[in-house]
Amino acid sequence: MWNLVYLQLLLEESGHEVTNLGVCPPDGTVMDACRGADRPDLLVLSTVNGHGHLDGLRLIRALRRDPELAALPVVIGGKLGVRGADAEESRRLLDAGFDAVFNESEQPAGRTLAAFGDYLAGLAPAAAAREPLVAGVPR
Amino acid sequence: MPRFAHFVRTAAAAGRLVVQPRMGFGELARMRAGLSAVRGCRATSVGTITLDSYTRVGDHASARRALREGAELNGFPLLAHGAGAVRDLLREVSGPDFPVQVRHGSPLPLDLFRTMVAAGVDATEGGPVSYCLPYGRVPLPEATDNWARCSELAAGAPDPMHLETFGGCMLGQLCPPSLLVALSVLEAMFFHDHGLNSISLSYAQQVHLGQDLEALAALRRLAAEHLPGVDWHVTLYTYMGVFPRTPIGSYRLVEDSVRLAVHSGTERLIVKTPAEARRIPAIEENAEALEFADAVARQAAADCAVTKCPPPTDTGLLTEARTLIGATLELGRTVGSALVTAFARGVLDVPFCLHRDNAGAARAVIDERGMLSWSKAGGMPVTIRDTDTARTSPLTADRLTTMLAYNERRYDREDLVGSLLRSAA
Repeated sequence: MWNLVYLQLLLEESGHEVTNLGVCPPDGTVMDACRGADRPDLLVLSTVNGHGHLDGLRLIRALRRDPELAALPVVIGGKLGVRGADAEESRRLLDAGFDAVFNESEQPAGRTLAAFGDYLAGLAPAAAAREPLVAGVPR
Repeated sequence: MPRFAHFVRTAAAAGRLVVQPRMGFGELARMRAGLSAVRGCRATSVGTITLDSYTRVGDHASARRALREGAELNGFPLLAHGAGAVRDLLREVSGPDFPVQVRHGSPLPLDLFRTMVAAGVDATEGGPVSYCLPYGRVPLPEATDNWARCSELAAGAPDPMHLETFGGCMLGQLCPPSLLVALSVLEAMFFHDHGLNSISLSYAQQVHLGQDLEALAALRRLAAEHLPGVDWHVTLYTYMGVFPRTPIGSYRLVEDSVRLAVHSGTERLIVKTPAEARRIPAIEENAEALEFADAVARQAAADCAVTKCPPPTDTGLLTEARTLIGATLELGRTVGSALVTAFARGVLDVPFCLHRDNAGAARAVIDERGMLSWSKAGGMPVTIRDTDTARTSPLTADRLTTMLAYNERRYDREDLVGSLLRSAA
């Protein structure tokens, strides 16, 4: 849970508006939160229980199948697996449709966060001034 | 009086602190061995059966499958074993000199309570707010209704159960003590509203000894005011946040929690095992931690007879907790409806809690005194200090990380600095 609070503060500090969906939202809740007027500029998923490689895969497949959400930028980060370094895990998530994967199981948390910061910085010029983001762990 | 409460009362009268582990194993034989080890250790101890995470969320089929396949569970699957087996287990290892509490962490525990009552369990714990807001997505009104029925079931059991509130432990860290105290008292009143007459009130060690002493004194004062005619005692938890990494740092933090318990007149302590920060501790490690806590408690009591106990701070914590309780009780005819409305209106608002039924407008910091204080009040009748210089520096992600690791850093410092000095020499 503290990972989600941390991410919210981090995103707010770089000037983004954040809607935090909280712990373990069902896939349907995440998808509904991304539709229509509430559509965010980026969906951020954070997970630390080691099941991210499973839950993330299920959610991104559902998102990409949905015509309204197929093009939504979506990233995932945290401790995604239980096996430690596994580049295959990240590859599978990227292939399934994530725009970026920040896998702490592969590298120290500091480097993962720095990579996430770089990704955000690269995103900023393209996105509109108002840029709501959503952090949550899918279940 | 339930035998759990009777045991604690008798120990307190003899000047002894009751110590208790967190412990749960999947297999009956291992659970029996664990309880026997706790019973046999050199400490005034009570037993614990902590349930596994499948059972907590009502997925008993997965718990049964794990048992069948010999897969390791992270706790005791109460329903998968069934009331008969649990009753036999308790008859074997438990007794008036060794009562056992079942710990679960479920927001909707009615099925668990049915099995506990059928098995003759002495005591359990939780609460409509404390097992709902931090851990999941169950709406607070639904959890409150469920817990009302649970409380009535526990109160109507042939041997009425003892119930402990978990409200004094919200999120484990970074919740100002006035709110912890208020929630602990409100959940205890909720239990009493629904027929329970033997209740304990929890509080988790935070970051400042004086502030914790002030909080525990306020908790006792408000419990006495709001629970007339109820048999109650206080349960302290060793720090539940990010734990020190070094063994010496871990033991010092546990030691400080024992001293806090003794100096505050707390009757029961849930002891953390130093290994717990990294993995589920072995039975022996649990027993050793209890013996360590018991030894420190005796020493602390002896010290008190010679030197003065450390003084509590005087920050108006009692008044603030009392105001929070009063503002909540005004909002409903029952404690349950008052709690639901108070959270809906943000009169109660747990900082950093992301649950939809928590307003999320309040924020807390570890201030320049090393104490927990409010940096944003939200809709709560709480005070933000004028002199708080920390308030002016905004809460950033970096500062959050630093605050979360505050105790870890403080307690590891000695060992880390020591090893630096040793390597320099």
